Amino acid sequence: MITKRIIPCLDVKNGRVVKGVNFEGLGDVSSPIELAAYYSSAGADELVFYDITASAEGRALFTDILTQVASQIFIPLTVGGGISTISDFDRVLKCGADKVSVNSGAIKNPQLIEEAAKKYGDQCVVLSVDAKRVGGGFRVFGRGGRDDTGLDAIEWIKRGVAMGAGEIVLNSIDTDGVKNGFDLEMLRAVCEVVDVPVIASGGAGCVEDFTKLFRELPKVDAGLAASIFHFGEVKIQDLKKELNANGITVRL
Amino acid sequence: MVAIIDYGVGNLFSLKSSLSFIGVDAVVTGDPSVIAASDRIILPGVGAFEDAANKLRKNGLDKVIYEEVGKGKKLLGICLGMQMLFEESYEYGVHKGLGLIKGKVLPLADVVGNLKVPHIGWNSLSFKKDSKLYKYVNQGDFVYFVHSFYGSECSESVSATAEYGVEVTASVERDNVYGTQFHPEKSGEVGLGILRAFCEM
Repeated sequence: MITKRIIPCLDVKNGRVVKGVNFEGLGDVSSPIELAAYYSSAGADELVFYDITASAEGRALFTDILTQVASQIFIPLTVGGGISTISDFDRVLKCGADKVSVNSGAIKNPQLIEEAAKKYGDQCVVLSVDAKRVGGGFRVFGRGGRDDTGLDAIEWIKRGVAMGAGEIVLNSIDTDGVKNGFDLEMLRAVCEVVDVPVIASGGAGCVEDFTKLFRELPKVDAGLAASIFHFGEVKIQDLKKELNANGITVRL
Repeated sequence: MVAIIDYGVGNLFSLKSSLSFIGVDAVVTGDPSVIAASDRIILPGVGAFEDAANKLRKNGLDKVIYEEVGKGKKLLGICLGMQMLFEESYEYGVHKGLGLIKGKVLPLADVVGNLKVPHIGWNSLSFKKDSKLYKYVNQGDFVYFVHSFYGSECSESVSATAEYGVEVTASVERDNVYGTQFHPEKSGEVGLGILRAFCEM
Protein backbone atom coordinates (compact mmCIF):
# COMPACT_ATOMS: atom_id res chain seq x y z
CA MET A 1 0.00 0.00 0.00
CA ILE A 2 1.24 3.43 -0.88
CA THR A 3 1.59 5.67 2.17
CA LYS A 4 0.54 9.19 2.95
CA ARG A 5 3.64 11.37 3.16
CA ILE A 6 4.73 13.77 5.90
CA ILE A 7 7.01 16.51 4.65
CA PRO A 8 8.85 19.10 6.74
CA CYS A 9 9.79 22.27 4.94
CA LEU A 10 13.00 24.21 5.63
CA ASP A 11 13.37 27.85 4.62
CA VAL A 12 17.04 28.59 4.08
CA LYS A 13 18.52 32.07 4.07
CA ASN A 14 22.25 32.72 3.82
CA GLY A 15 22.98 29.12 4.63
CA ARG A 16 20.82 28.96 7.77
CA VAL A 17 17.34 27.65 8.46
CA VAL A 18 15.02 30.54 9.27
CA LYS A 19 11.89 30.45 11.43
CA GLY A 20 12.90 29.58 14.92
CA VAL A 21 13.91 26.05 15.50
CA ASN A 22 13.63 24.52 18.91
CA PHE A 23 14.96 21.04 19.38
CA GLU A 24 16.58 19.13 22.13
CA GLY A 25 19.65 17.21 21.12
CA LEU A 26 20.52 19.30 18.13
CA GLY A 27 23.88 21.03 18.39
CA ASP A 28 23.20 23.70 15.83
CA VAL A 29 19.49 24.19 15.40
CA SER A 30 19.80 26.43 12.38
CA SER A 31 22.11 24.16 10.41
CA PRO A 32 20.14 22.83 7.43
CA ILE A 33 22.39 19.78 7.34
CA GLU A 34 21.87 18.81 10.97
CA LEU A 35 18.16 19.52 10.80
CA ALA A 36 17.76 17.49 7.60
CA ALA A 37 19.56 14.54 9.19
CA TYR A 38 17.37 14.86 12.27
CA TYR A 39 14.16 14.84 10.21
CA SER A 40 15.34 11.96 8.07
CA SER A 41 16.02 9.80 11.13
CA ALA A 42 12.73 10.93 12.71
CA GLY A 43 10.79 9.45 9.80
CA ALA A 44 10.17 12.38 7.44
CA ASP A 45 9.19 10.95 4.05
CA GLU A 46 10.64 13.78 2.05
CA LEU A 47 12.24 17.16 2.64
CA VAL A 48 11.52 20.48 1.01
CA PHE A 49 14.14 23.24 0.94
CA TYR A 50 13.17 26.76 -0.02
CA ASP A 51 15.94 29.13 -0.89
CA ILE A 52 14.74 32.50 0.32
CA THR A 53 17.94 34.42 -0.33
CA ALA A 54 17.99 36.99 -3.06
CA SER A 55 21.74 37.53 -3.40
CA ALA A 56 24.17 35.62 -5.60
CA GLU A 57 26.31 34.79 -2.54
CA GLY A 58 23.28 33.39 -0.74
CA ARG A 59 22.43 31.29 -3.77
CA ALA A 60 25.92 29.84 -4.03
CA LEU A 61 25.82 29.02 -0.33
CA PHE A 62 22.45 27.34 -0.81
CA THR A 63 23.67 25.01 -3.56
CA ASP A 64 26.71 24.17 -1.46
CA ILE A 65 24.44 23.21 1.46
CA LEU A 66 22.13 21.27 -0.80
CA THR A 67 25.10 19.23 -2.04
CA GLN A 68 26.09 18.44 1.53
CA VAL A 69 22.54 17.45 2.50
CA ALA A 70 22.18 15.23 -0.58
CA SER A 71 25.45 13.45 0.20
CA GLN A 72 24.21 12.39 3.61
CA ILE A 73 20.45 12.07 3.43
CA PHE A 74 18.87 9.48 1.20
CA ILE A 75 15.22 10.39 0.98
CA PRO A 76 13.61 12.50 -1.76
CA LEU A 77 14.57 16.18 -1.73
CA THR A 78 12.53 18.96 -3.30
CA VAL A 79 14.02 22.38 -3.86
CA GLY A 80 12.20 25.64 -4.46
CA GLY A 81 12.68 29.37 -4.24
CA GLY A 82 13.73 31.63 -7.07
CA ILE A 83 13.42 28.98 -9.79
CA SER A 84 12.70 30.85 -13.00
CA THR A 85 14.75 29.23 -15.75
CA ILE A 86 15.83 25.80 -16.99
CA SER A 87 19.34 26.60 -15.81
CA ASP A 88 17.94 27.03 -12.28
CA PHE A 89 16.53 23.50 -12.58
CA ASP A 90 19.86 22.25 -13.82
CA ARG A 91 21.78 23.94 -11.00
CA VAL A 92 19.77 22.35 -8.17
CA LEU A 93 19.34 18.94 -9.81
CA LYS A 94 23.12 18.66 -10.17
CA CYS A 95 23.42 19.24 -6.43
CA GLY A 96 21.22 16.25 -5.68
CA ALA A 97 17.64 17.59 -5.72
CA ASP A 98 15.07 15.09 -6.99
CA LYS A 99 12.24 17.50 -7.66
CA VAL A 100 12.09 21.21 -8.30
CA SER A 101 9.26 23.39 -7.15
CA VAL A 102 8.19 26.39 -9.22
CA ASN A 103 5.89 29.20 -8.12
CA SER A 104 6.35 32.85 -9.16
CA GLY A 105 8.76 31.84 -11.93
CA ALA A 106 6.03 29.76 -13.55
CA ILE A 107 3.42 32.52 -13.14
CA LYS A 108 5.72 34.87 -15.04
CA ASN A 109 6.61 32.26 -17.64
CA PRO A 110 4.22 29.27 -17.73
CA GLN A 111 6.30 27.66 -20.52
CA LEU A 112 8.88 26.90 -17.85
CA ILE A 113 6.67 24.04 -16.61
CA GLU A 114 6.42 22.51 -20.06
CA GLU A 115 10.11 22.91 -20.87
CA ALA A 116 11.21 21.42 -17.57
CA ALA A 117 8.74 18.51 -17.76
CA LYS A 118 9.98 17.65 -21.26
CA LYS A 119 13.60 17.80 -20.19
CA TYR A 120 13.47 16.18 -16.75
CA GLY A 121 10.12 14.36 -16.71
CA ASP A 122 6.80 15.30 -15.09
CA GLN A 123 7.80 13.68 -11.79
CA CYS A 124 10.52 16.32 -11.40
CA VAL A 125 8.28 19.38 -11.69
CA VAL A 126 6.28 20.47 -8.65
CA LEU A 127 3.89 23.38 -9.06
CA SER A 128 3.60 25.27 -5.81
CA VAL A 129 0.62 27.59 -5.55
CA ASP A 130 -0.15 30.20 -2.89
CA ALA A 131 -3.90 30.77 -3.01
CA LYS A 132 -6.42 32.91 -1.18
CA ARG A 133 -10.18 33.45 -1.26
CA VAL A 134 -11.12 36.52 -3.30
CA GLY A 135 -14.70 37.30 -4.35
CA GLY A 136 -16.09 33.80 -3.95
CA GLY A 137 -13.21 32.06 -5.76
CA PHE A 138 -9.62 31.06 -5.08
CA ARG A 139 -7.02 33.47 -6.44
CA VAL A 140 -3.30 32.82 -7.06
CA PHE A 141 -0.90 35.12 -5.25
CA GLY A 142 2.69 35.61 -6.35
CA ARG A 143 5.93 36.74 -4.75
CA GLY A 144 5.49 34.85 -1.50
CA GLY A 145 1.81 35.68 -1.23
CA ARG A 146 2.21 39.45 -1.68
CA ASP A 147 0.82 40.04 -5.20
CA ASP A 148 -2.66 39.22 -6.43
CA THR A 149 -1.98 37.79 -9.89
CA GLY A 150 -5.64 37.84 -10.91
CA LEU A 151 -5.33 34.16 -11.87
CA ASP A 152 -8.01 31.72 -10.75
CA ALA A 153 -6.23 29.05 -8.69
CA ILE A 154 -8.25 26.11 -10.01
CA GLU A 155 -7.73 27.14 -13.63
CA TRP A 156 -4.02 27.80 -13.04
CA ILE A 157 -3.51 24.39 -11.44
CA LYS A 158 -5.38 22.63 -14.26
CA ARG A 159 -3.20 24.44 -16.76
CA GLY A 160 -0.02 23.58 -14.84
CA VAL A 161 -0.88 19.88 -14.78
CA ALA A 162 -1.76 19.93 -18.49
CA MET A 163 1.68 21.42 -19.16
CA GLY A 164 3.41 18.68 -17.20
CA ALA A 165 3.50 19.51 -13.48
CA GLY A 166 3.76 16.14 -11.72
CA GLU A 167 2.73 17.28 -8.26
CA ILE A 168 0.86 20.22 -6.72
CA VAL A 169 1.71 21.90 -3.44
CA LEU A 170 -1.34 23.92 -2.42
CA ASN A 171 -0.62 26.50 0.22
CA SER A 172 -3.69 28.28 1.51
CA ILE A 173 -2.84 31.82 2.55
CA ASP A 174 -6.17 31.93 4.41
CA THR A 175 -5.19 29.15 6.82
CA ASP A 176 -1.39 29.58 6.81
CA GLY A 177 -0.03 30.48 10.24
CA VAL A 178 -3.45 30.20 11.90
CA LYS A 179 -2.77 26.65 13.15
CA ASN A 180 -6.43 25.77 12.98
CA GLY A 181 -6.20 23.02 10.40
CA PHE A 182 -5.60 22.65 6.67
CA ASP A 183 -7.88 24.39 4.18
CA LEU A 184 -10.04 21.39 3.38
CA GLU A 185 -12.45 23.33 1.19
CA MET A 186 -9.71 24.67 -1.07
CA LEU A 187 -7.93 21.31 -1.16
CA ARG A 188 -11.13 19.52 -2.09
CA ALA A 189 -11.69 21.90 -4.99
CA VAL A 190 -8.18 21.16 -6.29
CA CYS A 191 -8.40 17.37 -5.79
CA GLU A 192 -11.56 17.34 -7.88
CA VAL A 193 -9.81 18.71 -10.95
CA VAL A 194 -6.37 17.06 -11.00
CA ASP A 195 -5.14 13.47 -10.99
CA VAL A 196 -1.54 14.13 -9.92
CA PRO A 197 -0.48 14.01 -6.25
CA VAL A 198 -1.66 16.96 -4.14
CA ILE A 199 0.35 18.11 -1.13
CA ALA A 200 -1.51 20.12 1.49
CA SER A 201 0.25 23.08 3.06
CA GLY A 202 -0.75 25.84 5.45
CA GLY A 203 -2.67 25.62 8.69
CA ALA A 204 -1.50 22.50 10.49
CA GLY A 205 -1.41 23.12 14.24
CA CYS A 206 -1.63 19.66 15.77
CA VAL A 207 -1.66 15.93 15.04
CA GLU A 208 -5.45 15.87 14.65
CA ASP A 209 -5.24 18.34 11.75
CA PHE A 210 -3.35 15.73 9.75
CA THR A 211 -5.74 12.92 10.72
CA LYS A 212 -8.67 15.06 9.65
CA LEU A 213 -6.93 16.00 6.38
CA PHE A 214 -6.34 12.41 5.26
CA ARG A 215 -9.69 11.13 6.55
CA GLU A 216 -11.82 13.77 4.93
CA LEU A 217 -9.78 14.07 1.75
CA PRO A 218 -8.40 10.64 0.85
CA LYS A 219 -7.17 12.08 -2.45
CA VAL A 220 -4.60 14.26 -0.69
CA ASP A 221 -1.22 12.49 -0.80
CA ALA A 222 0.90 14.42 1.65
CA GLY A 223 0.91 17.04 4.38
CA LEU A 224 3.60 19.68 4.52
CA ALA A 225 4.45 21.93 7.45
CA ALA A 226 7.34 23.94 8.85
CA SER A 227 7.12 25.62 12.22
CA ILE A 228 5.07 22.99 14.07
CA PHE A 229 7.81 20.49 13.28
CA HIS A 230 10.66 22.94 13.89
CA PHE A 231 9.28 23.94 17.28
CA GLY A 232 8.61 20.34 18.22
CA GLU A 233 4.86 21.02 18.71
CA VAL A 234 4.27 18.00 16.53
CA LYS A 235 6.85 15.21 16.50
CA ILE A 236 6.89 13.29 13.24
CA GLN A 237 7.12 9.89 14.94
CA ASP A 238 4.11 10.65 17.17
CA LEU A 239 2.18 12.01 14.22
CA LYS A 240 2.80 8.88 12.15
CA LYS A 241 1.86 6.58 15.02
CA GLU A 242 -1.39 8.44 15.49
CA LEU A 243 -2.18 8.33 11.75
CA ASN A 244 -1.46 4.61 11.74
CA ALA A 245 -3.74 4.10 14.74
CA ASN A 246 -6.45 5.85 12.74
CA GLY A 247 -6.11 3.44 9.84
CA ILE A 248 -4.10 5.79 7.63
CA THR A 249 -1.18 4.02 5.93
CA VAL A 250 2.17 5.62 6.76
CA ARG A 251 5.80 4.53 6.69
CA LEU A 252 6.71 3.71 10.28
CA MET B 1 34.77 -0.95 -7.27
CA VAL B 2 31.25 -0.39 -8.58
CA ALA B 3 30.78 1.10 -12.03
CA ILE B 4 27.67 3.31 -12.25
CA ILE B 5 26.95 3.49 -15.96
CA ASP B 6 26.67 7.06 -17.17
CA TYR B 7 24.94 7.32 -20.52
CA GLY B 8 23.59 10.82 -20.07
CA VAL B 9 20.27 9.85 -18.48
CA GLY B 10 19.26 11.10 -15.05
CA ASN B 11 20.98 12.38 -12.01
CA LEU B 12 23.62 10.08 -10.54
CA PHE B 13 24.65 12.27 -7.63
CA SER B 14 22.51 10.51 -5.01
CA LEU B 15 23.45 7.04 -6.19
CA LYS B 16 27.15 7.79 -6.04
CA SER B 17 26.74 9.53 -2.65
CA SER B 18 24.76 6.65 -1.16
CA LEU B 19 27.45 4.13 -2.15
CA SER B 20 30.14 6.37 -0.76
CA PHE B 21 28.07 6.73 2.45
CA ILE B 22 28.13 2.93 2.97
CA GLY B 23 31.86 2.87 2.26
CA VAL B 24 31.75 1.46 -1.27
CA ASP B 25 34.06 2.80 -3.97
CA ALA B 26 32.07 3.82 -6.99
CA VAL B 27 32.83 5.51 -10.25
CA VAL B 28 30.36 7.17 -12.60
CA THR B 29 31.52 6.24 -16.06
CA GLY B 30 30.54 5.79 -19.68
CA ASP B 31 33.86 4.18 -20.56
CA PRO B 32 33.54 0.47 -21.50
CA SER B 33 37.09 -0.29 -20.29
CA VAL B 34 36.33 1.12 -16.82
CA ILE B 35 33.08 -0.86 -16.70
CA ALA B 36 35.00 -4.00 -17.72
CA ALA B 37 37.52 -3.40 -14.93
CA SER B 38 34.84 -2.97 -12.21
CA ASP B 39 33.69 -5.59 -9.68
CA ARG B 40 30.02 -4.96 -10.26
CA ILE B 41 27.79 -2.74 -12.36
CA ILE B 42 24.82 -0.50 -11.66
CA LEU B 43 22.60 0.58 -14.56
CA PRO B 44 20.59 3.62 -13.41
CA GLY B 45 18.13 5.67 -15.42
CA VAL B 46 15.37 8.23 -15.31
CA GLY B 47 13.34 9.36 -18.29
CA ALA B 48 12.02 7.75 -21.44
CA PHE B 49 12.81 4.15 -22.43
CA GLU B 50 13.44 4.70 -26.14
CA ASP B 51 15.85 7.58 -25.63
CA ALA B 52 17.73 5.72 -22.89
CA ALA B 53 18.01 2.46 -24.85
CA ASN B 54 19.27 4.36 -27.91
CA LYS B 55 21.89 6.21 -25.89
CA LEU B 56 23.08 2.98 -24.32
CA ARG B 57 23.51 1.35 -27.74
CA LYS B 58 24.99 4.41 -29.40
CA ASN B 59 27.80 4.38 -26.87
CA GLY B 60 28.38 0.63 -27.24
CA LEU B 61 27.48 0.14 -23.58
CA ASP B 62 25.02 -2.67 -24.32
CA LYS B 63 27.94 -4.77 -25.59
CA VAL B 64 30.06 -4.32 -22.48
CA ILE B 65 27.02 -5.15 -20.32
CA TYR B 66 26.44 -8.42 -22.23
CA GLU B 67 30.13 -9.32 -22.03
CA GLU B 68 30.51 -8.64 -18.32
CA VAL B 69 27.19 -10.23 -17.34
CA GLY B 70 28.19 -13.22 -19.47
CA LYS B 71 31.32 -13.56 -17.35
CA GLY B 72 29.17 -13.67 -14.23
CA LYS B 73 29.60 -10.07 -13.04
CA LYS B 74 26.71 -8.78 -10.89
CA LEU B 75 24.47 -6.17 -12.49
CA LEU B 76 21.81 -4.06 -10.77
CA GLY B 77 19.35 -2.05 -12.84
CA ILE B 78 17.49 0.73 -11.03
CA CYS B 79 14.11 2.19 -12.11
CA LEU B 80 14.36 2.74 -15.88
CA GLY B 81 17.61 0.76 -15.62
CA MET B 82 15.55 -2.22 -14.39
CA GLN B 83 13.03 -1.79 -17.18
CA MET B 84 15.83 -1.86 -19.75
CA LEU B 85 16.80 -5.35 -18.58
CA PHE B 86 13.50 -6.61 -20.05
CA GLU B 87 12.97 -7.88 -23.61
CA GLU B 88 10.78 -5.01 -24.75
CA SER B 89 8.92 -1.92 -23.63
CA TYR B 90 5.59 -0.54 -24.78
CA GLU B 91 6.36 3.02 -23.69
CA TYR B 92 5.18 5.18 -26.62
CA GLY B 93 5.70 2.50 -29.27
CA VAL B 94 7.54 -0.80 -28.99
CA HIS B 95 11.23 -0.70 -28.12
CA LYS B 96 13.78 -3.43 -27.66
CA GLY B 97 15.43 -3.81 -24.27
CA LEU B 98 18.54 -5.75 -23.24
CA GLY B 99 16.59 -9.01 -22.90
CA LEU B 100 18.41 -10.11 -19.74
CA ILE B 101 15.09 -10.61 -17.94
CA LYS B 102 12.16 -12.29 -19.65
CA GLY B 103 9.13 -10.02 -19.85
CA LYS B 104 7.65 -6.77 -21.10
CA VAL B 105 7.37 -3.22 -19.78
CA LEU B 106 3.78 -1.95 -19.92
CA PRO B 107 1.89 1.23 -18.90
CA LEU B 108 0.68 1.30 -15.29
CA ALA B 109 -2.30 3.43 -16.29
CA ASP B 110 -3.87 0.39 -18.03
CA VAL B 111 -3.97 -1.71 -14.85
CA VAL B 112 -4.25 0.49 -11.75
CA GLY B 113 -7.84 1.64 -12.28
CA ASN B 114 -8.47 5.13 -10.94
CA LEU B 115 -5.22 5.35 -8.95
CA LYS B 116 -2.82 8.13 -9.85
CA VAL B 117 -0.02 7.59 -12.38
CA PRO B 118 2.94 8.03 -11.92
CA HIS B 119 3.02 5.79 -8.88
CA ILE B 120 4.94 8.21 -6.62
CA GLY B 121 5.82 7.60 -3.01
CA TRP B 122 6.69 5.04 -0.36
CA ASN B 123 5.26 1.58 -0.81
CA SER B 124 5.87 -1.67 1.06
CA LEU B 125 7.66 -4.72 -0.28
CA SER B 126 6.07 -8.12 -0.43
CA PHE B 127 8.67 -10.84 -1.03
CA LYS B 128 8.03 -13.43 -3.71
CA LYS B 129 11.23 -15.40 -3.31
CA ASP B 130 14.35 -15.48 -1.19
CA SER B 131 16.69 -12.84 -2.49
CA LYS B 132 20.22 -11.98 -1.41
CA LEU B 133 19.31 -8.39 -2.26
CA TYR B 134 16.98 -8.36 0.75
CA LYS B 135 19.47 -9.70 3.26
CA TYR B 136 19.01 -6.59 5.44
CA VAL B 137 15.36 -5.93 4.58
CA ASN B 138 12.14 -7.19 6.17
CA GLN B 139 8.88 -8.10 4.54
CA GLY B 140 6.74 -4.95 4.53
CA ASP B 141 9.62 -2.48 4.62
CA PHE B 142 8.98 0.70 2.64
CA VAL B 143 10.89 1.86 -0.43
CA TYR B 144 10.47 4.89 -2.70
CA PHE B 145 8.89 4.53 -6.15
CA VAL B 146 8.49 6.98 -9.04
CA HIS B 147 7.33 5.36 -12.28
CA SER B 148 4.58 5.18 -14.90
CA PHE B 149 5.48 1.82 -16.51
CA TYR B 150 5.99 -1.59 -14.92
CA GLY B 151 7.55 -4.98 -15.57
CA SER B 152 5.01 -7.57 -16.73
CA GLU B 153 4.98 -11.25 -17.79
CA CYS B 154 8.08 -11.79 -15.68
CA SER B 155 6.68 -13.90 -12.82
CA GLU B 156 9.61 -16.33 -12.82
CA SER B 157 12.04 -13.44 -12.12
CA VAL B 158 10.00 -11.38 -9.64
CA SER B 159 11.59 -11.24 -6.19
CA ALA B 160 9.22 -8.67 -4.64
CA THR B 161 6.06 -6.75 -5.47
CA ALA B 162 4.28 -3.66 -4.14
CA GLU B 163 0.52 -3.27 -3.97
CA TYR B 164 -0.83 -0.38 -6.05
CA GLY B 165 -4.23 -1.42 -7.31
CA VAL B 166 -2.47 -4.49 -8.69
CA GLU B 167 0.71 -6.29 -7.61
CA VAL B 168 3.37 -4.11 -9.21
CA THR B 169 6.78 -5.66 -9.94
CA ALA B 170 9.12 -4.11 -7.38
CA SER B 171 12.23 -6.17 -8.13
CA VAL B 172 13.43 -8.93 -10.42
CA GLU B 173 16.45 -11.21 -10.60
CA ARG B 174 17.89 -13.92 -12.78
CA ASP B 175 21.28 -15.45 -12.00
CA ASN B 176 23.69 -12.50 -11.62
CA VAL B 177 21.24 -9.89 -12.95
CA TYR B 178 19.14 -7.86 -10.49
CA GLY B 179 16.70 -5.00 -10.93
CA THR B 180 14.65 -2.73 -8.66
CA GLN B 181 11.78 -0.58 -9.89
CA PHE B 182 12.13 1.59 -6.78
CA HIS B 183 15.07 3.85 -5.94
CA PRO B 184 17.24 2.30 -3.20
CA GLU B 185 19.32 5.50 -3.16
CA LYS B 186 16.17 7.41 -2.10
CA SER B 187 14.74 4.80 0.27
CA GLY B 188 16.49 5.79 3.49
CA GLU B 189 18.05 3.08 5.68
CA VAL B 190 16.17 0.29 3.89
CA GLY B 191 17.57 1.40 0.55
CA LEU B 192 21.11 1.67 1.87
CA GLY B 193 20.74 -1.91 3.15
CA ILE B 194 19.78 -3.09 -0.33
CA LEU B 195 22.79 -1.37 -1.90
CA ARG B 196 25.03 -2.83 0.81
CA ALA B 197 23.67 -6.33 0.15
CA PHE B 198 24.31 -5.94 -3.59
CA CYS B 199 27.88 -4.82 -2.95
CA GLU B 200 28.50 -7.76 -0.62
CA MET B 201 27.33 -10.43 -3.08
